[in-house]
Amino acid sequence: MAVATTPRTPRLGRLERPALTGVLVREVINFSSYWRSATFSSTVEPTIYLLAFGFGFGSLVSRIGGYRYVEFVGTGTVATAVLFSSAFPAMFGTFVKYQFQRTYDAILAAPVDTEELVTAEALWVATRAGVYGCVPLVVAIFFGLNPAWGMLTVPGIAFLSGFGWACFGIAVAGFAKSIENFSYVVSAVLTPLFLVAGTFFPLSQLPEWAQVLGNFNPLHHCVELVRDAAFGTGGWDDLGRVAFLIGYGLLAWRVAIHAMTRKLID
Amino acid sequence: MDWQLAIRLRGVVKRYGPITAVNGLDLDVPQGTCVGLLGPNGAGKSTTMRLLTAQAIADEGELEVLGFHLPEESKQARARCGVSPQLDNLDVTLTVEQNLRVFAHLYRIGRGERQAAIERALQIANLIDRRNTRVDKLSGGMRRRLLIARALVHRPQLLLLDEPTVGLDPQVRQELWALIDALRAEGTTILMSTHYIEEAQRLADTVLIMSHGSAVAAGPPSDLVAEHAGREAIEVYGPPAALAEAEAAAQAVGLRTRRTGTSISVLGVEGADGRAPEGERRPANLEDVFVLLTGEEIS
Repeated sequence: MAVATTPRTPRLGRLERPALTGVLVREVINFSSYWRSATFSSTVEPTIYLLAFGFGFGSLVSRIGGYRYVEFVGTGTVATAVLFSSAFPAMFGTFVKYQFQRTYDAILAAPVDTEELVTAEALWVATRAGVYGCVPLVVAIFFGLNPAWGMLTVPGIAFLSGFGWACFGIAVAGFAKSIENFSYVVSAVLTPLFLVAGTFFPLSQLPEWAQVLGNFNPLHHCVELVRDAAFGTGGWDDLGRVAFLIGYGLLAWRVAIHAMTRKLID
Repeated sequence: MDWQLAIRLRGVVKRYGPITAVNGLDLDVPQGTCVGLLGPNGAGKSTTMRLLTAQAIADEGELEVLGFHLPEESKQARARCGVSPQLDNLDVTLTVEQNLRVFAHLYRIGRGERQAAIERALQIANLIDRRNTRVDKLSGGMRRRLLIARALVHRPQLLLLDEPTVGLDPQVRQELWALIDALRAEGTTILMSTHYIEEAQRLADTVLIMSHGSAVAAGPPSDLVAEHAGREAIEVYGPPAALAEAEAAAQAVGLRTRRTGTSISVLGVEGADGRAPEGERRPANLEDVFVLLTGEEIS
């Protein structure tokens, strides 16, 4: 008997608003059951960094680049807060949702495609990062950082960075065979990027090759954008930084969709 | 509509590396009927279910669900299907009502109709007074009912039930059978996979017996039994040696037999006056058919 063959075409990729809304509604309703712990970890950790470095180093180094050390760190740790509230929840949350809770099986049986699922999840995590990213700034204001109008752009900067890191986390979860594999990513990728972002010390302290590499670190651009916004030192190079973060977000988004499609669709 | 078949599969093949999970499967589910996919674990039932929602993509063959071609138009098909998976994937930290609300959104029910849809689903699941209970506080049977009600929140044209009663107590299972039977009576089109013979026999208008990824027989349960296993069977119990003897004796006079764990079933004994051995007479059933056709024991 002749059998017609179906080519392995992927399902139609199109971002429909009702599909995105459906996934977001699920997250918002779920958030009502765990917002306390999420808020706790996303605010307390960067605050501890801020206090430990701000006062620990601050007593040794009084000023960096014309700013008090606590101001320098307070603005820098916005990037830390963004990373902690985007890449980590995206990695663990995604893994738990497909592996243990099988939530994604349920969602993909509804009229939602992988592309929409990943996009909505990343938007949700990015939104949280946009909010939690502002916490260090608020704490720093308590410790003497002068409020500035430019700071109003910080949620947007945090959202944009958070979107890229959320997609990064989803992609890692999509490629990981087990949750233990996350250790490689945390140790070999996230920790170095987090330390060499200009958060705690300016990159200009580093050898030239490290400074060049630093320009490929999305966290570094986030740090610089926030400082420029807070200190009113913005310039044309900030447009380049925004462009870099947009590019990073788009790339990570496509990679995340690819990874999750491989994982979720047999 | 110009389609009468809610599901139409032709020559569907799905391979996972060296394993062929579904191997040239043909399947028809006419509208308004309940079709049971019956087979042991590993026969390809769950893979077939995943193919129908395009969570697995077939390597070969044609798939149509509600007139839509898969996988290209699967999203349109999924919008009109309800799926109750084998493995519970409810949001356990949410309440019963919140779970239904999430799916009312995912299935794009308009704002004006959402609450009514949720109420209807609560009623189907008989969970109205549990609406504010967190799912992790529900019993296994309640969770299953919620899982089915969640699949019905948007009034789908087709309901896919993957092993709806697996792992449940007998009385809870019967409760679910009543629920599924009521849906069937209302004319809901259902495709149900199961490895419980009794479930298929009771609920399905048509049964498709699957083995190693393909269909070995299809038809109404009673027709399949009459055609393949005859009307009556005799169970012969005894020690292993006596069973072997009875088996040989029955085969010698041209009767078909099958082994069960503790007995020998001699089949088609209604026309075998005098030739049939002594034993307990019982009506032939789907299990006899299954074992005869596949040589495999089930459940």
